[in-house]
Amino acid sequence: MSARANDSTKDVSSLSNLDLETPEKTYLDSNELIINMGPQHPATHGVLRVILKLDGEKVLGTECVIGYLHRGVEKIAENRTYTMFNPYVDRMDYVAAVSNGLGYCEAVEKLMNVEAPARAKYIRVILTELNRIASHQLWLGTHALDIGAMTPLFYTFRDREEILKIFEKYCGARLTTHAFRIGGCQYETYAGFEKDVKNVLTFFAPKIDEYEALLTTNRIWLERTKNVGVISGADCVALGVTGPVLRASGVQWDLRKAQPYAAYSEFDFEIPIGTNGDTYDRYLVRMAEMRQSLRIIEQAVNGIPEGPIMGKVPKVIKPPVGEIYHSIEAPKGELGYFIVSDGSTQPYRLRVRPPSFVNLQALDIMVRGLLVADVVAVIGTLDIVLGEVDR
Amino acid sequence: MPNFIMSYLGSTVTPGEAGNQFWALMYVLIIFAGVSVAVIAMNWIERKALAHFQVRLGPMRVGPHGLLQPFADALKLMLKEDIIPAEADQFVFWVAPLIGLLAAFTVYTVIPFGPSQAVSDMNIGILFMLGVSSLGVLGIVVAGWASNSHYPLIGALRSSAQMVSYEVAMGLAVVSAILMTSLNASGTGTLSMIGIVQAQQQQGVWFIFKFFPLGFIALVIFAIAMIAETNRAPFDMAEAESELTAGYHTEYSGLRWSLFMLAEYAAMIAVSSIAVTLWVGGWMRPFPNLLNAPAWDFVFSLFPGLTFLGLAAIAFVGVARMPAHSFFKIQRIGLAVFAALLGFIALLLLVIAVVGRSADTSVAARFREGIDYVYWFVLKVAVFMYLFIWYRATWPRYRFDQLMRVGWKVLLPISLGVLVVTAIVGVIVS
Repeated sequence: MSARANDSTKDVSSLSNLDLETPEKTYLDSNELIINMGPQHPATHGVLRVILKLDGEKVLGTECVIGYLHRGVEKIAENRTYTMFNPYVDRMDYVAAVSNGLGYCEAVEKLMNVEAPARAKYIRVILTELNRIASHQLWLGTHALDIGAMTPLFYTFRDREEILKIFEKYCGARLTTHAFRIGGCQYETYAGFEKDVKNVLTFFAPKIDEYEALLTTNRIWLERTKNVGVISGADCVALGVTGPVLRASGVQWDLRKAQPYAAYSEFDFEIPIGTNGDTYDRYLVRMAEMRQSLRIIEQAVNGIPEGPIMGKVPKVIKPPVGEIYHSIEAPKGELGYFIVSDGSTQPYRLRVRPPSFVNLQALDIMVRGLLVADVVAVIGTLDIVLGEVDR
Repeated sequence: MPNFIMSYLGSTVTPGEAGNQFWALMYVLIIFAGVSVAVIAMNWIERKALAHFQVRLGPMRVGPHGLLQPFADALKLMLKEDIIPAEADQFVFWVAPLIGLLAAFTVYTVIPFGPSQAVSDMNIGILFMLGVSSLGVLGIVVAGWASNSHYPLIGALRSSAQMVSYEVAMGLAVVSAILMTSLNASGTGTLSMIGIVQAQQQQGVWFIFKFFPLGFIALVIFAIAMIAETNRAPFDMAEAESELTAGYHTEYSGLRWSLFMLAEYAAMIAVSSIAVTLWVGGWMRPFPNLLNAPAWDFVFSLFPGLTFLGLAAIAFVGVARMPAHSFFKIQRIGLAVFAALLGFIALLLLVIAVVGRSADTSVAARFREGIDYVYWFVLKVAVFMYLFIWYRATWPRYRFDQLMRVGWKVLLPISLGVLVVTAIVGVIVS
């Protein structure tokens, strides 16, 4: 809580020289090269377009062009009832759809001043944390692939399947789950849910060790990630960067602890932080987060209370006039929903604060002076999902 | 005519040396066909092995266990539209893949598959080989330049810088092996590929074990440098997929692209052959000096047949394991025919081994010898080829500057040190 307040007082001088530098003068009188990386490029994780200004291989500056996946989600919200809009949020960060749904449902609940029952909260925590692991696995696989290690991708996809199976059994969908409803959960857990989740717990701890065995002490991996894409905590705060990227820079800021939502205040877990703010630290933080998620899930599934799964919510959702901002710790950072209600069944205005979009801002200062290969590593380590960036 | 053909079989020198142009041409054709088949096989093996590293199946649809996949791919690539970008330098763009291909295949003229199983035995064989194989990079640079596009240009520049950094360490490692050839009574070494293997034979030790660990370190340096030389993972900067889309061949498609692939794989086999010739005893079977009784000769000459028998057995197990559904009928028959073919080859090889077991100069004995030489050579090369796949499955890609640093600051000093120490030890020993 205090971390943010303290860091924001630091100066942000390193951000002041954002104009593109001129290339070094050499006797070859080299011209700079302008390269379009994307929107069709194997390593931009979708349809991000980065315009790179290069001096040979050295990056002088970048410019992100986004919007290739823009679907106007926020505008759509104004024409849908609160219930109808719920499935749309799954399509933003489509690898962490459960988190999106949790944030939206809790925001509307807060606006209506209702609360989900304890059992629903526990189910939400279990599924959200499972989704965090799934999201981090996808990040790890693609990030490693970007750096050239092909094999981790297939290991993570194989293991991620176990989590997706639980989602499928729970709500019928694997990715765009639409798992929660405003006021609680629509579905009671299926028979054998707890057993499946416990299976995942025992199944995953050694799998995470397996990923780490491939990468953590790998010389090439260390060389490619250490001191690459360094960003300081102050810069992170100034740019609004959140999530593992912020924590790897040494700022202990996790909304699950700072502003506990759902049932997070009842669980015992740690916030892993890094020190250098480089790509390797972000890797370590995310790996540690997977283990912490397992810890949370274990506590939640052992302590899951009996009771109803839906709170006292009217059939027609009609929040009172007012506005609300509610944010949760999505796998990629702070996911916030700002909803303005005019008292009707449809939001007057809905604004999403997507973590990927905000984190992407940091790309430019992270890659300046590095090489082309590092741009790819940094895009991977930011863990952006273009569905969420463009909305 | 038969006499003309048979005349060479009794010869103990390479056709190039004997001035036998007919057989030299035959060897060129055999090697060209053989390397092309090896590239096709390598393509399939790499995809399968890589898939099994990565908990997937790999190609399974075209033919039983995807055996026909490389042929299907080759056909597809040949039928594709031949695109030359409008802004490209047409002629250079056209000629670039040919340069790479030519360089990769020319190397094979001096690779000895046996004491007389080579197109020619040049007295500067190893120099010729290093020189020609490094010409391959010219094809890449020219391709990158002619494409008139940014990604290929960066890929080409990376490739040339990489080649320059690793050629040096590679050359020094080779020199330390050549120094070892001079450890004989007359004190003269040789640059001839065949001479290098014969030197190992005379000294009774593969150079990998000579002055242990000096020979071994030299081989390791060479093995690292050869991966960089052929642009394979983890040094595949020139075509780094996630960074440069496809690097120097981004603008290429269809047949031209496949020529690059052919050249790349041919170059991989070529550099592996250099490593095998210099350090692992070339065509020699294991323990030629220790187990030198004719009975041992016979036992080792059974290996080629037994290998094919093993392959046939694996294929037959594959037939038995195929689902009983009628959908798999054609695949089952196909695989059974393939297995039978392997079995037939195994039988043929075993018959030759048995018939030609006496060490006389009969045709069967000559055949048996030749098969043995080629078999052990190919087996050793296959080990190196497997390493290429293994590296690709395991390691992330080096960054450009790190690659240069490894080349200049790590490999070069080590190889220099190995060279000096080898020279000193060699002088002391002799």
